[in-house]
Amino acid sequence: MTESGKFTLTRAERAVFGLRALYESRGYERFKVNKFEEYDFYAGCKSFLTSESVLTFTDSTGRLMALKPDVTLSIVKNAGRDGRDVTKVYYNESVYRDYGDGNGFREITQTGLECIGAVDAAAVGEAVSLAGRSLDVIASGRKTLLAVSHMGVVSGILRSAGADPALFGELLGFMEKRNSPEIRRAAAEAGLPGDAVEKLIALSAVYGSPDEVRDELYSICGDDAALDELFGILGSLDPDVKEKIKIDFSVGGDMNYYTGIVFRGYLDGIPKSVLSGGAYDGLLRGMGKKDGGIGFAVSTDLLESYRPKDGGDRETFRLVADR
Amino acid sequence: MKNIVNVALPKGRLGDKVYDLFEKIGYDCPSIKDPGRKLLFENADAGVRYFWVKPSDVPIYVERGVADVGVAGKDILLEFSPDVYELCDLGLGKCRMAVASKRNFRDDTSRPLRVATKFPSIANNYYRSLGRDIDVIKLNGSIEIAPLLGLSDVIVDIVETGKTLLENGLVPYETVTEISARLIANKVSFKFKNEEIKEIAARAAEAVAKKEASE
Repeated sequence: MTESGKFTLTRAERAVFGLRALYESRGYERFKVNKFEEYDFYAGCKSFLTSESVLTFTDSTGRLMALKPDVTLSIVKNAGRDGRDVTKVYYNESVYRDYGDGNGFREITQTGLECIGAVDAAAVGEAVSLAGRSLDVIASGRKTLLAVSHMGVVSGILRSAGADPALFGELLGFMEKRNSPEIRRAAAEAGLPGDAVEKLIALSAVYGSPDEVRDELYSICGDDAALDELFGILGSLDPDVKEKIKIDFSVGGDMNYYTGIVFRGYLDGIPKSVLSGGAYDGLLRGMGKKDGGIGFAVSTDLLESYRPKDGGDRETFRLVADR
Repeated sequence: MKNIVNVALPKGRLGDKVYDLFEKIGYDCPSIKDPGRKLLFENADAGVRYFWVKPSDVPIYVERGVADVGVAGKDILLEFSPDVYELCDLGLGKCRMAVASKRNFRDDTSRPLRVATKFPSIANNYYRSLGRDIDVIKLNGSIEIAPLLGLSDVIVDIVETGKTLLENGLVPYETVTEISARLIANKVSFKFKNEEIKEIAARAAEAVAKKEASE
């Protein structure tokens, strides 16, 4: 509060209000997640967590509890309990993660949405559009960009080449770094045939708008159902969202978790992704559910850490009490 | 308008070689050769701004987006695993990370191997891949002295010619990995300054290929 009755909202607070309004306008309902979950729940889902470390404590009844490292898992657990075909929810929550960078556990504030159940192509397109529009809400005048790829394209190449699934993670890691010499080395050590190796290297170099790279991608992959699906989704987007899209196969994720389109959102001037998400049918299958799911999270605390240089986007509100 | 690309160069011999390469491929900045204490050098016409930093800090500047691109040794990248793109092997500063020990060393597998190194992650990853239990002793310099004084059984360190090792009565007997300088880029800069960074990477790769073909 700067003076009596006058409040200046932080960028993160403004972003949360803006995102809530956006998601509610598209029929998403607020989902409040418990701050704690029983540790057993995460112990059974460790492969789906960004970091395997979970902050635990013993509660007054002797149960081992965890401060939640992830919101999606809790929402997936509850999805469909109300009998609806599709669960469309958004959240604004803190998660607690140790990224192994020497900074220990950190509280990270996320606002995001999940669409779980009978998710059709239209629902996927809507979620990707909302990801693009979320970037507009938080942009504060900065350039925005949504980088997308499809896990099915890469996994299709690896599976048809007979690659050992245990090697998928290593190869994806090198694709995420655009490190073609290491892709070549790891693929050769895994005994992948030469044409599959060249496809992976060519894919990792692709970067551009859908129109710019469409022909290049089909010439690399040939007829490919995952590629068709990716261009189908991108074709359904509104023009103002589509113009933010860059196809980029360095955008990846865990193949056990994400199975379809994956995406990351960026703002010029913030050196890491501010939005991350994708279609996670693999996660749902891993949790014993047959449905589809797509969602994303916006890391609102990055907006405070990396303010625009001019700082000229402050907005002040006066709260008035009606007596 | 063309974007200026911020380039973090590693101070020292490697940095000089890297700048020479950048100069050769069209990103010259004559003021960088002026003696003095200036740390930032810009050539707006060429679209580059250089700054010198400690070699092990290059990936930090790049990962945090202060530098859009930089040049770092593969040893530093393997040790710290920064979240950056690795665009090109520049073929400069070639050496290897090796295990070395006293000439008469024989690994006693009945106990953990004591390994002195400046690169604990690389050493751990290497021995984990072999299934060998080790006790890592992190040192910050003069690694060669550790086996001589009985602090460690072996060292894991960078070997260029092997001369320093020999002078200290040590021999390299296993190569952990080959090392050379890599052009790295911030993942977000790569997207917002895509044309400029791709151009730098393409010209560098072309120069490296030409040099290798002539050798």
